[in-house]
Amino acid sequence: MALLEVKNLEVSFGLRSGEVKALRNISFNLDRGERLGLVGESGAGKSVLGFSILNLISRPGRISAGEIWFDGQNLANLSAEGIRAIRGNRISMIFQDPMMTLNPVLTIGQQMVECLQAHRKISFDAAKTIAVQKLKQVYIPSPETRFDQYPHELSGGMRQRIVIAIALLLDPDIIIADEPTTALDVTIQAEIMELMVELCERNNVALILITHDLGVVSQATQKTIVMYAGRIIEQGPTKEIINDAQHPYTQGLMNALPQMAIPGQRLNQIRGAMPPLQRIPTGCAFNPRCDYAEEACKRELPTFTRSGNCQVACHMVAAMRKAEQTQEGV
Amino acid sequence: MTTQSQNKLPEPTPSAWQRFKDSNIGHSFIRDRVAQISFTIFLGYVIMALFAPLIAPFDPYDPNQIDIMNSELPPSWDAENGDEQFWLGTDAQGRDLWSTILYGTRISLTIGICAVLLQATIGIIIGLIAGYRGGRVDSLLMRFADVQLSFSTMMVAIIVLAIFQASFGTELYQELAMTMLILVIGIAEWPQYARTIRASVLAEKKKEYIDAARVMGLGPIRIMFRHILPNTLSPILVISTVQVANAIISEASLSFLGLGMPVSQPSLGSLISSGFEYIFSGAWWITVIPGVILVVLVLVMNMLGDWLRDVLNPKLYKG
Repeated sequence: MALLEVKNLEVSFGLRSGEVKALRNISFNLDRGERLGLVGESGAGKSVLGFSILNLISRPGRISAGEIWFDGQNLANLSAEGIRAIRGNRISMIFQDPMMTLNPVLTIGQQMVECLQAHRKISFDAAKTIAVQKLKQVYIPSPETRFDQYPHELSGGMRQRIVIAIALLLDPDIIIADEPTTALDVTIQAEIMELMVELCERNNVALILITHDLGVVSQATQKTIVMYAGRIIEQGPTKEIINDAQHPYTQGLMNALPQMAIPGQRLNQIRGAMPPLQRIPTGCAFNPRCDYAEEACKRELPTFTRSGNCQVACHMVAAMRKAEQTQEGV
Repeated sequence: MTTQSQNKLPEPTPSAWQRFKDSNIGHSFIRDRVAQISFTIFLGYVIMALFAPLIAPFDPYDPNQIDIMNSELPPSWDAENGDEQFWLGTDAQGRDLWSTILYGTRISLTIGICAVLLQATIGIIIGLIAGYRGGRVDSLLMRFADVQLSFSTMMVAIIVLAIFQASFGTELYQELAMTMLILVIGIAEWPQYARTIRASVLAEKKKEYIDAARVMGLGPIRIMFRHILPNTLSPILVISTVQVANAIISEASLSFLGLGMPVSQPSLGSLISSGFEYIFSGAWWITVIPGVILVVLVLVMNMLGDWLRDVLNPKLYKG
């Protein structure tokens, strides 16, 4: 059985202009120790998906349909206490900007001990031992000194390491990392990513990595989900998606990588911009920007087609696979 | 390189004075003459209040030490009528004015500080809940605060104290005067705190570290009091200085109107009031001297408040 099973998840925001669905029909599985990449443009719903797993969508948003199964419990309709026992304990989260995620007026140690004591009946000294040990795991030099320091006394990379140490504090089953390296400079980014992969492997922790950086996804994850306008449009093993993307949008993302451009020429880009959630076109949400769009794409929502080990929601891919199958049949 | 740094002695931890001098607040304090003078005067008041029984030559609460024959003696520098025993003169009952002022300062400061503590406790709790919960709870609590604010403090205090005095008699009132004043001033002014804190909470709540605390699985009470409250301390500190000054003034005004401290246990306000009747008979000192003491106290507190606001506001940082 999968560790985390999301079924037909739908998240909507009740705005003055009416109800807007930020996520529609999201389904995926995550196994123990598996690393999953969530990719998409800004506003595709990646972060909303991350937050909704912990049931942290704040008003006016809510989970309007679907189930999130974790350890025999449906997180989508768990009580406040029930979900609090899971947050930070079984599933923890790492945010984008380490400058903002640590409380400026509490020492590193106070924040770590507090987190431990919120979930376990444990003395300060025992909590400190665990905290220092976790700080060592993320390669913080002289952890005993850092334990008593305030966040402003540490550099950005160091702070993100501490945030990771806090996420690991209670040996969670899943870590959700929402663009954990975006706010760091490039040299530190690689270090932090390596560290996260190493720690997840060593402790057998599953990772949901939310990012728009396909390079990071290809290095760090085994499975990838590509999102567009609140829907999953392609999911499958990372290797297959990176090497042989099927959906025109994923192909566009791959071509948009600076490495794919010819020196001296403009970078490739996907024309147009993602539609606002209030005005998602009928049919395939991507059709106005797609080079291959046909009549069917404007009318009907594409369903998932199997392609290799991937699932792709695209009429074109479906048609191609069908043609292949009939050829084989003949 | 490494051996060198290993051999280096550990740096001595800086002394408390050194740390104060290096901090932003200490730096500003050392440069700001007004703040230094205000603080020194305020400290003088606190010492006067704390050690009143030791400093005062007479005990104004002890009827045995009061002689009605000494009433309305002018300050001792008036060579003609003054008495060396009473350097600031005596009041209408023949009490030494200097001793009475010392005890009065003590009462005024106690009432001011206790009333503000009460205001702060109520205001902080309500402000935190309103700001953090938001929605209907917020609207309800803030409308409640608006209603409270639409009655002026003095009006509420006068009504409550007058009713209390009328229904329970003056004797019981005199016993409980101090507690009543603290309660009335404390309860009447809580919306000041609640509003200030709510505004800061709304700003802090949006910051990511609060999300991070929720993600850690911490409960709302813990997040409010341990994560948000310490981050809103600077506005609390600033309004506290001003509010103590306001509470002292409210107490003095109520006492002046005869609804505050009784004449047997005078605060600065009731001293001013009791001397007011004699001001035209030439005994100006009974009113004027406590008046000056009160004005200076309120002035230095407001100056300290202004200074603190400038120091704690990063936008006004002048290097």
